[in-house]
Amino acid sequence: MGQITLNQVTKSFGDVEVITPLDLTIEDGEFAVFVGPSGCGKSTLLRLIAGLEDVTSGAINIDGKNATNVPPAKRGLAMVFQSYALYPHMSVRKNIAFPLRMAGLDKAEQNRRVEQAAAVLNLTDYLDRRPGQLSGGQRQRVAIGRAIVREPAAFLFDEPLSNLDAALRVGMRLEISELHKRLNTTMIYVTHDQVEAMTMADKIVVLNAGHIEQVGSPLDLYRAPRNLFVAGFIGSPKMNFIEGAEAEKLGAHTIGIRPEHIAVSESDGPWSGVVGVSEHLGSDTFFHVHDTGLADTIAVRADGEVGFRHGDRIHMTPRADVIHKFDAQGMRLP
Amino acid sequence: MARAVTTRRKVITTAAAWAIGLLIFFPIYWTILTSFKTEAQAINDPPLFFAFNWTLENYAIVQERSDYMRFLWNSVILAGGSTVLGILVAVPAAWSMAFVPSKRTKDILLWMLSTKMLPAVGVLYPISLLFVQFNLLDTRIGLVMVLMLINLPIIVWMLYTYFKEIPGEILEAARMDGATLKEEILYILTPMAVPGIASTILLNFILAWNEAFWTLNLTAAQSAPLTAFIASYSSPEGLFFAKLSAASTMAIAPILILGWFSQKQLVRGLTFGAVK
Repeated sequence: MGQITLNQVTKSFGDVEVITPLDLTIEDGEFAVFVGPSGCGKSTLLRLIAGLEDVTSGAINIDGKNATNVPPAKRGLAMVFQSYALYPHMSVRKNIAFPLRMAGLDKAEQNRRVEQAAAVLNLTDYLDRRPGQLSGGQRQRVAIGRAIVREPAAFLFDEPLSNLDAALRVGMRLEISELHKRLNTTMIYVTHDQVEAMTMADKIVVLNAGHIEQVGSPLDLYRAPRNLFVAGFIGSPKMNFIEGAEAEKLGAHTIGIRPEHIAVSESDGPWSGVVGVSEHLGSDTFFHVHDTGLADTIAVRADGEVGFRHGDRIHMTPRADVIHKFDAQGMRLP
Repeated sequence: MARAVTTRRKVITTAAAWAIGLLIFFPIYWTILTSFKTEAQAINDPPLFFAFNWTLENYAIVQERSDYMRFLWNSVILAGGSTVLGILVAVPAAWSMAFVPSKRTKDILLWMLSTKMLPAVGVLYPISLLFVQFNLLDTRIGLVMVLMLINLPIIVWMLYTYFKEIPGEILEAARMDGATLKEEILYILTPMAVPGIASTILLNFILAWNEAFWTLNLTAAQSAPLTAFIASYSSPEGLFFAKLSAASTMAIAPILILGWFSQKQLVRGLTFGAVK
C-alpha cells in the first residue's frame, strides 16, 4: 500500500516560494517520475514527501492518513540519495541492516532480510566490504538494498543515477525498472534526464519553476504536450518550434514538429534549408538545418544511412498529422 | 636549471624549518638539560651544554620534598574530567550548529570565540567570588568546571569544522532509516567524526593540562595539579634552577609523551580546514 496525495502543498525558503500550491496523486504501485530543469523544485518536492523538509502549507497524505507532520522515519518511506549516502564506517551488511536495527528487529531476522536483499541485488559477495571498496554501481545497489529491506510503502529516488557513467546508468535503469515490476511498490523518481523519465515512468510529472506543467503517461506527454514547455522538454532532440506565417496557415501562433516527424529528400518537400552539423549515431542521423526561413535551426532525425553533408541544400516534409499547435500563451490548441 | 632551483629551494626551506623547530624546542631542551645539572652548574656562565656531571640528584630531592603523584593525579583528573565534560556538551552543540544552522549561527560561533580574547584575569574576581560562594575553592569539581568552560569555545569550533565536512545526506539517510536524533549522533555522526573528535579530545586535554592561571589561583593544596607543583619550585631569588627544571620536566613529561604518540592526529586536528 502506498498511495501518496499532495493537497495544495507549498514550500518557501524565506521569501522565495519554491513550490507553488500543488495537487498531485500518486497511485499505489505506480512508478512516478518528477522531471524538470534544475531548480524547478523536483528534489524539494521529493524531500517534502520524505519529510526531510517541512511543508509551508498544505497537506501530504500517505495511504489516506495525514502525514504532514509525521517525522521521516514514521512515514514508511525509503529514500535513495544521489550521493548514495552510505554509512562509510559500516560494512555493506551493516549498512543494509541499519534500518532493521533501528526498527528493533532481532539479529536473525535482520540477517535473513539482508541476505535476501543482497541476493536480489547481486551483493552477496560484497556483504563484508566497506562502501569505499565498492564501485559506483555497487554502492548504488547497496543504497537500494538499504531501502528495500524495510519493505516501505514507497521508494523515493533522488537522481540516483546521475553519479554513474553512461553505460552503468543504462544498466541500473533497467535494474530499477525490473525491481519495480517485481516489488510492485510505489516509486517516486526524480531526474532531470527525460530519457530516464520516458523509459521508466508509468506517470511523468513535469515540473517547472515550482509548479506542475503536466502529468501523464510518457506517451501522453509525447503525443499531446499541454504547452510549449512540456513540448520542448519531452523528446530528444527537442521539438522544433516555428512561428510566423507557417504557423498562421494552421491557425496557430506557434507550431511544433518533432525531428523524427520530418522526412528529408534531395529535391521534394515544402521546406528547404542548408545542412549545418550532422550527428551520426549509426542507427540515426541528426541534421541541424539552417537557412530555412522558418526558425534558426530545424533539427531532423533521419535514418542512419542518409548521407547529406555539411552545406548540402535539402528539402523537408513535415508529417501533417503530428504537427502540434500552440496559441500565443504557449498553450496547446486542439 | 629548474631542477637545480627546486633543490636549492628545498634545502633552504628544510633548513629554515629545522631552525624554527630547534628554536621552539630549545627551551624544553634546556629545561631537561638543566634538570640533570647541579644548582651551581645550572647558573654557570658561560652556560654548560654537555660537559657537566650528569646527576639525578634534583629528581631525588624533588621527589622527597613533594608528593609528585598527588599533583599528577590531580592533573589527570582536571584535564580528563574537563575534557570528557566538554566533549559531552560540545558534540551536540557543534551538531546543531553544523546541521541545523540558523541565521545567527556564525555570530554565535564568533561570539563564543571572542570570549577567548578577554584576558582571564578580567573575570578572576567574579569567578573567585562564585567559588567562595559555592565552596568550590581548592576543589577538583570546581576546577573541572572552569577548565571545561574556558576551553569549550575552542572545542565547539573545532568539532563544528569537522562536522561540516560530513555530508548532510548521510544524516538524512539515517533519519529516513528510522534513527532518532540520539541514534543519529551515536551511530552515524560520532563514528564518522572519530578522527576529528580524537584530535579535539587531545587538544583539549593538553590545553587543560597546561592551564596555569586558574589552576594556580583557585587551588591551594587539595586539588593542585602539576602547574602548582612547578610553581612551588620557582623562588623569587631564582636560586633553584636545577630543581625547578627537574620539577618542570616531571610535569611536562606525561603530556610530551602523549603528544609524541599522537602527533599525527594532533597535526591533522590543528591544520584542519587549512589544507584540503
